[in-house]
Amino acid sequence: MNNLPSLEDVTPSPVLSGGIVPLLSVEDLQIEFTTGRGTLRAVDGVSWSVLPGETLALVGESGCGKSVSALAVMRLLTKPAGRVVGGRIMFQGRDLLSLPEGDMRAIRGRDIAMIFQEPMTSLNPVLTIGLQIAEPLKIHLGMNDAEARARSIELLGLVGIADAERRLGQYPHQFSGGMRQRVMIAIGLACDPRLIIADEPTTALDVTIQAQILELMKNLSRRLGITLVIITHNLGVVARYADRLAVMYAGRIVEQGTADEVFSAPRHPYTVGLLRSVPRLDQARHGSLETIEGLPPNLLNPPTGCRFAPRCRWRQDICATDPALRDIGGGQRSACHFAEAMPPPPEAAPRDVARHRIEAGTPLLEVRGLTKHFDVRLPGFFGGSALVRAAEEVSFTIGRGETLGLVGESGCGKTTVGRLVLRLEDPTAGQILFDGEDLATVSGSRMKALRTRIQVIFQDPFSSLNPRMSVAATIAEPLLKRLGFKAPAARDRVAELLDQVGLLRDMGERFPHQLSGGQRQRVGIARALAMEPDFIVCDEPVSALDVSIQGQIVNLLSELQAKLGIAYLFIAHDLAVVRHLSHRIVVMYLGRVMEIADRDALYSQPLHPYTRALLDAAPIPDPVVERVRAPRALGGELPSPLFPPTGCVFHTRCPMAGPECAMTVPPLREIHPGHMAACIKL
Amino acid sequence: MIRYAARRIALMVPTLLGVALLTFFMLRVLPGDIVEVKLRADGGHVTEEILTRERARLGLDRPLPTQFVNWMTGLVTFDLGDSMWTGRPVAEEIGTRIGLTLQVSVMAAIISVLIAIPLGTISALFRDTWIDYLVRIFTIAGLAVPSFWLGMLTILTLLTVFHWSPPVTYTPFFEDPLQNMAQLIWPALAVGYRYAAVVARMVRSSIIEVMREDYIRTARAKGVFERLVVSRHAMRNALLPAVTVIGLEFAFLVGGLVVTEQVFNLNGIGRLFVDAVSRSDFVLIQSLVMLLAVVFVTMNLVIDMLYGVLDPRVRYS
Repeated sequence: MNNLPSLEDVTPSPVLSGGIVPLLSVEDLQIEFTTGRGTLRAVDGVSWSVLPGETLALVGESGCGKSVSALAVMRLLTKPAGRVVGGRIMFQGRDLLSLPEGDMRAIRGRDIAMIFQEPMTSLNPVLTIGLQIAEPLKIHLGMNDAEARARSIELLGLVGIADAERRLGQYPHQFSGGMRQRVMIAIGLACDPRLIIADEPTTALDVTIQAQILELMKNLSRRLGITLVIITHNLGVVARYADRLAVMYAGRIVEQGTADEVFSAPRHPYTVGLLRSVPRLDQARHGSLETIEGLPPNLLNPPTGCRFAPRCRWRQDICATDPALRDIGGGQRSACHFAEAMPPPPEAAPRDVARHRIEAGTPLLEVRGLTKHFDVRLPGFFGGSALVRAAEEVSFTIGRGETLGLVGESGCGKTTVGRLVLRLEDPTAGQILFDGEDLATVSGSRMKALRTRIQVIFQDPFSSLNPRMSVAATIAEPLLKRLGFKAPAARDRVAELLDQVGLLRDMGERFPHQLSGGQRQRVGIARALAMEPDFIVCDEPVSALDVSIQGQIVNLLSELQAKLGIAYLFIAHDLAVVRHLSHRIVVMYLGRVMEIADRDALYSQPLHPYTRALLDAAPIPDPVVERVRAPRALGGELPSPLFPPTGCVFHTRCPMAGPECAMTVPPLREIHPGHMAACIKL
Repeated sequence: MIRYAARRIALMVPTLLGVALLTFFMLRVLPGDIVEVKLRADGGHVTEEILTRERARLGLDRPLPTQFVNWMTGLVTFDLGDSMWTGRPVAEEIGTRIGLTLQVSVMAAIISVLIAIPLGTISALFRDTWIDYLVRIFTIAGLAVPSFWLGMLTILTLLTVFHWSPPVTYTPFFEDPLQNMAQLIWPALAVGYRYAAVVARMVRSSIIEVMREDYIRTARAKGVFERLVVSRHAMRNALLPAVTVIGLEFAFLVGGLVVTEQVFNLNGIGRLFVDAVSRSDFVLIQSLVMLLAVVFVTMNLVIDMLYGVLDPRVRYS
């Protein structure tokens, strides 16, 4: 690395057919990681390039090597575990991999900037925002304090942060997640870089905030002529913003092409699977999702031949030989022996196994005027306390075998409602009638008995299983302790439950750390099923999972419901998943119900402006659809639940709001039969 | 910030009152009678009457609540009473010795910070290289070697190798700084080594942790010089836990120099404490315990205030 090759030695970067030299090209990149269990090739011969002014998306699931290859561009791989073992990264005629560290440092933040996933942890908590923005300006452009300050104020204005002068002196914890990501973007833009690499820039944000940030990035990159590389797992984001994309799987690129081509005619079975396993907002899909079965390979010991073959439903003998990534016309490339035969026609989705009927008559669960207030201590030692209205007058019913979807952004109270129904919290007011009994007032011993009929599946399959208990012991525990099973009977029942959730019986011997995220969530479901419940509260059960795994779990949940007639309260922020699973949907915002409707009515005729904003904000994985949808990102921040707006809580962000909206809290009223909304403008 | 400090200082009162109650009554419950020790120690024959009179003179015959209230009212007016053994005011007994102990503690703290922060940082940055191994050997030795033994070794080395022994009598710093330092630097080093070892290990692990944080990656991605990444972005975050250790160790030293003072023949608080306990000098023991409690509680407050300065999240919430 001490011998910088002279310019003559450097092979000129490949010139594309149009004669445009790519701004950045990654050529045959190979990255290895040393782990306790051996060496893992996280990126294996990956090549991609991005043209000036273009937006390229690197798409794939966790562990596919997309983030690692981007970090390699910045030469920021965690040393000494990760290292580049082969390939070149050409940027403006220079191979970044052979630059001396000092030259590379001069490029970082100056010519190439990077924006990271977690706005909460990516800014230094003990330094002011002003200092953190000014840093690259001083280092790369040699600005003095006054110049850097002026430029910082300009940058904050550019990313839409009001009151910039004052905010420069504040610290990261005084900013919301969306605002922090704006600060990160301001830092990225500081030195007017040629290229910005954004690693999952919106994954940690709420839907409406995500839309704002993506819109901002897109506008800025166009206005300032910045080339963007977006790394994401969200196909909707790709469809909305990317010109071209490269799909990665198990350390390799399996497909490349323009967004239009790849979305309309995916030429690799993995891409096909990805696109089909995501429920879509714009298409009602009754029945099960067409998922990719199985798990991505372990890269410590990758399969020979096509790496996707073990999960591919069109697998043939020839797939045992490695398919090369080859041109298949129109600038599209695919690493499949049968690329020309792709995409196959969609499988006739089995018409909902039995679009089982929801029994009429008394509902299983009826929630009336459920209210929960928390006393929260305010900052400052004499700050006193404030009342957080986590849930205010929430009412809904769930029939036997029915799924009620509960959607909203963070702080809307959806999780609180779930916890109230489970009696993990005591309600401040209201009734929770479960099969006629009010859970809010029922005695402790009776509640204990009822708990066997009400179960829960948590969001985080990692932390909700005891790491020291085997899968079988976890599932058997309620059987032995609550249902009075004897050990042999429990063993049989555990085997049956493992079958039911699609796990192999011998997985019962394993411990949680030996399972993948999807498998753990299956264990969580089996544990809930063990009690043969009538009702399960599912709190964001799929949001921590990869797209292909998410589809599997969604299918499993709907199969179980069809078979066992269990009712679900399905709490989620992903509108498409909620649409796929739910019969009726409740939309919440800042502790209040905004709208309740049947699934089809809500998605085809959303009434409340907040519901409409949510639906607008969620990107749909189809560039053609996205292009005609006018981007209408909802402005403003989510208000703090400590100080909610008066009157209608949504009026501060509502496009329809008038002065009267701040006056009174709009009651939830029936606009159409069975379709309720809380808005006085309707 | 000022409100915060005021509130914290107000909260010290119940804590200290609790300490006072516990100390006072535990001393009365434990066996040991100063009058017996004083008058019958050498097997002397003293009549019961003289003992009673002595007890009356020291106020030990009064009911316990009265004694306690007397002590408390004394404390509030900064009248700590007289030592039951020497008869001299407790304030004077402590006053003549506290300077020495505080000086050794402060010197040990300075030595430890000067050694620990650079060593801990280097060790973290060169993790798992020979530099790190050397530092780790050095720090583990510091934890393992008792400071009194190190003290004796120091004195012996000075004597046998350099044929020089540190001055025996204590000279206050402002009288003759050189003479003072020549005496106190050795105990400070002996104690400071262990102190440094504790802090260095804390600094090392917290820098290693901080260097893995996302904001360090962000700083690097901005093109910040590695030197600045460490000194500006990592150090301040990493020093937060170290501040706690430095402060608590310091408070511990004020009362914990017992053995070291013995080895170096220093007349400090530790020694006074041992003497007071062996003579069952209630008045002196009580006051010393209160003194140490005040030092601990104050140190805790100082640590928390420092946190407020170093960490804006604490300052504002």
